[in-house]
Amino acid sequence: MKRSDIRDPDYIQKVVDCQHACPAHTNVPEYIRLIAAERYSDAYMLNWHSNVFPGVLGRTCDRPCEPACRRGRVEEKPVAICRLKRVAADNKGDIGQRMPEIPKKKNGKRIALIGAGPASLAVARDLMPLGYDIELYERERRGGGFMRVQIPSFRLPAEVLDEEVDQILNMGVKTHFGTEITSLAALLEEGFDAIFIGTGAPRGNWLDVAGAEAVADNVHVGIDWLSSVHFGHTEKVGKRVVVIGGGNTAMDCCRTARRLGGEEVTITVRSGFEEMKASEWEKEDAMAEGIPFLNYHQPLEYLSENGKLVGMKFQKVRAEYDDNGRRKLIATDEVPVTVACDDVLVAIGQSNAFPWIERDIGIDFDDRDMPIVDELTHQSSLPNVFFGGDAAFGPKNIITAVAHGHAAAISIDLHCSSQDIRERPVKGVNLISQKMGLHDWSYSNAYDGLQRRIVPQVELKAALSSMSLEVEKGFDAEQAYEEARRCLNCDVQTVFTEKLCIECDACVDICPTDCITFIEDAPEELLRQSLMAPSTNLAQDLFVSSEVKTGRVMVKDEDVCLHCGLCAERCPTSAWDMQKSILKLPQAGGICRT
Amino acid sequence: MSYIKPKVTHPAIAKNELGFTRRDYEGSISTLCAGCGHDSISAALIQACYELDLPPHRIAKISGIGCSSKTPTYFLGASHGFNSVHGRMPSVVTGANIANKDLVYIGVSGDGDTASIGFGQFSHIVRRRLNMLYMVENNGVYGLTKGQFSATADFGSASKGGVPNPFDQIDLIQMALQLGATYVARGFSGDKKQLVPLIKGALSHPGFAMIDCISPCVTFNNHEGSTRSYEYVREHDVPVVTADYVPYAKTIRVDYEPGTGTQVKMHDGSVLNLHKLDEDYDPYDRKKAINYLLDCQEQGKIATGMLYVNPDVTDFHDIMKTVDEPLSSLNYDRLNPGVEALESINASFR
Repeated sequence: MKRSDIRDPDYIQKVVDCQHACPAHTNVPEYIRLIAAERYSDAYMLNWHSNVFPGVLGRTCDRPCEPACRRGRVEEKPVAICRLKRVAADNKGDIGQRMPEIPKKKNGKRIALIGAGPASLAVARDLMPLGYDIELYERERRGGGFMRVQIPSFRLPAEVLDEEVDQILNMGVKTHFGTEITSLAALLEEGFDAIFIGTGAPRGNWLDVAGAEAVADNVHVGIDWLSSVHFGHTEKVGKRVVVIGGGNTAMDCCRTARRLGGEEVTITVRSGFEEMKASEWEKEDAMAEGIPFLNYHQPLEYLSENGKLVGMKFQKVRAEYDDNGRRKLIATDEVPVTVACDDVLVAIGQSNAFPWIERDIGIDFDDRDMPIVDELTHQSSLPNVFFGGDAAFGPKNIITAVAHGHAAAISIDLHCSSQDIRERPVKGVNLISQKMGLHDWSYSNAYDGLQRRIVPQVELKAALSSMSLEVEKGFDAEQAYEEARRCLNCDVQTVFTEKLCIECDACVDICPTDCITFIEDAPEELLRQSLMAPSTNLAQDLFVSSEVKTGRVMVKDEDVCLHCGLCAERCPTSAWDMQKSILKLPQAGGICRT
Repeated sequence: MSYIKPKVTHPAIAKNELGFTRRDYEGSISTLCAGCGHDSISAALIQACYELDLPPHRIAKISGIGCSSKTPTYFLGASHGFNSVHGRMPSVVTGANIANKDLVYIGVSGDGDTASIGFGQFSHIVRRRLNMLYMVENNGVYGLTKGQFSATADFGSASKGGVPNPFDQIDLIQMALQLGATYVARGFSGDKKQLVPLIKGALSHPGFAMIDCISPCVTFNNHEGSTRSYEYVREHDVPVVTADYVPYAKTIRVDYEPGTGTQVKMHDGSVLNLHKLDEDYDPYDRKKAINYLLDCQEQGKIATGMLYVNPDVTDFHDIMKTVDEPLSSLNYDRLNPGVEALESINASFR
């Protein structure tokens, strides 16, 4: 089998599962260690460098890192990475001094950002320190995009969002709030060097079943309704509310409805409970607020009496899968179910809409009327127009939008300095030995068997009586420390030096999870069947050394390595060493500029 | 420094017939030098007991003094243990075995504990055919006292300071053969593939089984000039007969194929398959085995593997005609037949 190069950033980044899974590649293990050391400001800045909105994301992130967390493979539950991030944000000190310096003398390039959501703000954050002149156009009166108007404040307090948006705007971004761009052609004429479009996916899908016209007053598009609540236009909802849809917007809708007078709020989804798009924890939070879920309910008809909505009729369905694993929902024989209600909130997805982009200015659209955007560079067919966030490839989430912002900022910077934007700056890695003494490491290597800590919440009654009272209280310092100890420090790599190995088997014998095997070399498929422990997780690499003295190779299955360092502690010749990997992932400027 | 090996295991770790994982047979984390051969022997013992489905509470591990004799702390944490006096492990095993012949006895000793201070005890426990595994963790030096040569160090081999050994060595394998041991093997801590089946065979052997296991001392005897270093042993190792242990449950399955070598049937129905790597070698012939070993010694080779086995054995209890039931489980009335019985015995001598 091919030898592994443990000094290759592409190899290492796969070992640090959480960081790899994070679209913005936040250095999770390092900031968790900083939190354990109560260095909250340092932890915050490390986050801020990668994900730009630690306080917001510490409350609202979709957490792609957590399903990837190695702890979730070793035992049941991953580390509560997201809520640890919040601890850093809540407890940080004054970080004003740590913000990057903004050059007084500008570089002469002007950039327009359309939409003040996470993607545009990330572009601004990356480009302002490089001396760009940035003009930000936003339809609403404040920045933040959907983070502000569609995420209810009992999940994300306004002051948290304000702080992190202002950190960027205060770099000297020229803002044009309350200014809706109605023609891209007109904006292009203003001579910007580049334009970034981060206008999100602003159009909520409508559920067009029988009876809709008659009851239009009491049927609301979820995201529009949430905005309307945010702006104070909607202050009440009927006592009985049906929320249709199974995503996170549906969860926000039903929980908001509970706070605006909804006493019997029900969620209905066409799919099964397990397949719902909403994050597991958001479903749990909704259920904790007494909201029942009716799954396999397909909407049939809005029911009205005297022009007033009285209920919603559903056909019960069941899921069947064809040979390709595609799901089909088949109506059951059961009689349709009627759920009585006064209001219906429809949260069945969002679409993009670009009525303000003229189709004859050189931006190509595909057959679904989406702009054609390069996935690497975020460039459209018009070289100085870039897309990011939900506007680029459809609705995703905040952390993906931030990642888009970083990528687009690199492209814009290369574009403005007349370089090839496909020549992306290279990744790098530093490996630093953590050895402090004979058996001492500079990280806490002992495995702590603690179970995942539960984030404390305010009492239900208090929570439901306020739109702005944050439900989650966040970890206190002690809980955060305990949770941080659950992190396996996957960024501390097991580095193996073949020529030092005397094949004493000490590492094999001590490894708690049987990761290490010395064996005759063979093709990967065979090797995976012959190791100390079954190696069935093909997504995880095998670390294969060169030949040791007896001609065998060392094979380490990365899958459930605890990074406990015992192999290195029991190694008499330091053939094993624990080395912290620091991935250097490029952002605009710095190493990117030549 | 880690003092605890995390209890967490590989999520797909296998379990034996008793429902135990290999990890359940472990002991505390080792405090020996990192890379010590003894730790590998501990791991091999753990593996063998796990694979044999031995209930940990039916095993007794008894040791003397020295690095080797510390190791029972590092394996079989749920078994009985007795860390005895220097060189006196055989006496304690004898006592325990007389009292309860139903336990599995693992005696752990070193080259000093066996070939020097305990030499007398060693020879007599072999003679008495005690049903046990006598494991010598043989590194050729006194590791606890800074690496002086032990009695098993080869003549002429160099100490860490470069001084050659002026004395002839004691070969414990030849001693055991001379004294009538019925299961004699030599292993190498750096080759568990060979060692684990040897231990499994020894634990299934119903008489005295001795394994002399070469175990490099990484701190004092792993240098150039040493004849007990990982490198030297790997270069001079001549495996003569490898064994592969087939448990009883497998032998009664129809798909079992005996293989090419000869077989030794163990008393519990399991089978030891022997594969001769040297055609001239006969593991059933004690005299030839001794000669072969002498030849190897002259040529500077280290013969390893299943060196001699005699499945037709009598153990101490057969010789002494003890009752079938272990003495420890006999009640007072049976152990003490009373005044009348004593008097009739005394009368028989008058």
